[in-house]
Amino acid sequence: MKKPVINIGVTGLNAIDSPGPGVAVIRGLREAGSFDIRIIGFAYESLEPGIYMHDLVDRTYQIPYPSTGTDALLSRLEYIHSREKLDVIIPNFDAELYSFMKLESKLLQMGIHMFLPTMEQFEERHKVNLSEFGKKYGIDVPLGKAIFDSSEIFDLQKDFDFPLMVKGKWYDAYIAYNMEQARTYFNKISAKWGLPVVLQRYVHGTEYNVTGLGDGKGNTIAAVPMRKQFITDKGKAWAGISIDDKKLLSITQKFISATKWKGAFELEMMKSNDNKYYLMEINPRIPAWVYLAVGVGQNIPEALTNLAMGNEVAPFESYEVGKLFIRYSYDMIVDRSEFEKISMNGEL
Amino acid sequence: MKINENLAISESGFLFNPSTGESFTVNPIGAEIIEKLKVGKSEEEILNELHDTYEIDKKSLQKDLLDFNQILKQYQLLEQDEETSN
Repeated sequence: MKKPVINIGVTGLNAIDSPGPGVAVIRGLREAGSFDIRIIGFAYESLEPGIYMHDLVDRTYQIPYPSTGTDALLSRLEYIHSREKLDVIIPNFDAELYSFMKLESKLLQMGIHMFLPTMEQFEERHKVNLSEFGKKYGIDVPLGKAIFDSSEIFDLQKDFDFPLMVKGKWYDAYIAYNMEQARTYFNKISAKWGLPVVLQRYVHGTEYNVTGLGDGKGNTIAAVPMRKQFITDKGKAWAGISIDDKKLLSITQKFISATKWKGAFELEMMKSNDNKYYLMEINPRIPAWVYLAVGVGQNIPEALTNLAMGNEVAPFESYEVGKLFIRYSYDMIVDRSEFEKISMNGEL
Repeated sequence: MKINENLAISESGFLFNPSTGESFTVNPIGAEIIEKLKVGKSEEEILNELHDTYEIDKKSLQKDLLDFNQILKQYQLLEQDEETSN
């Protein structure tokens, strides 16, 4: 039987040292057994490497930054849709999710499907609200507090010992070892990502991550835990290994069933030196290391696309333990005319 | 003490703990001890078997085995630690 061809728009083509998930997502989609694909890349910048990976991305369009508002995004998507007949969009950046969620019903009317968390799920898991989230769902979360002024750090000294984590609303996290450092990081992060800035109690231990997929009814469709083996100076995993940790998987299932999580996610967990697990962050999207999940038998991008299209998806029941992903950088040689096309016309 | 049952050990002495993702290397004697622990041999049995195989006085061997056990414990490769972590 001939497989259907699905036109999928994918963001996050910035396969750089702190990579967006787009290229890994597309690699998973290219390996999908249940459908064939045509990939429409959505890029914010003309030097996102994925734009030029023609074996992965069929055509790329520039889209406006989330800060320009949803009207500008909708109008650009309408134009792209008129050319490409999009079936599915997979947004991969935290900062753009809000805009896509706002446009979900309008896009559906146009025949474009997504499989995103609900606005409530998106908001309550936000790192600014993570402490309340932990209390509500009975998941251990390190004490955290959102602050709007650096003077608040001084008042919070009774609750937070140094070192403590200073985190941006969207990205960036630093370990502050004293008051001076905490203030410096507050200023640095608030200038870049705005307010509030989150202070979080530092947990000594080992970092583990889980990527998974919830069907929105409380069922776990996919879940693969990974231990970071090598971390860059930006804290990103450059190598990792799939593990068999029953406790991590049970926390993941608890998270999905309690919240009825819809869509893909990444849980950032810390196993403390006394073997307690703390949920550090919930990213409401596919992580950049998702190709490991694909490689060990759980093709999350394929399953997510099928869910978005309204198809039945059976939960994955196993994965290979002890498989590593090792990231690498690769120099492409690109003709100036290609750079010119995406820069001048916003399309390639 | 019982070694973590899931622990994978190759002939080269490469150890992988699938529940934590940690890997270690041990020398041939270390690998031999771990293999013996994996099939459920007691410390006493291992001590006697190693003493029969290698030229070493029992007291030194006992001390080395104790040290090795401590290292396994430190890296949470023994079953009792595994249970408390899960």
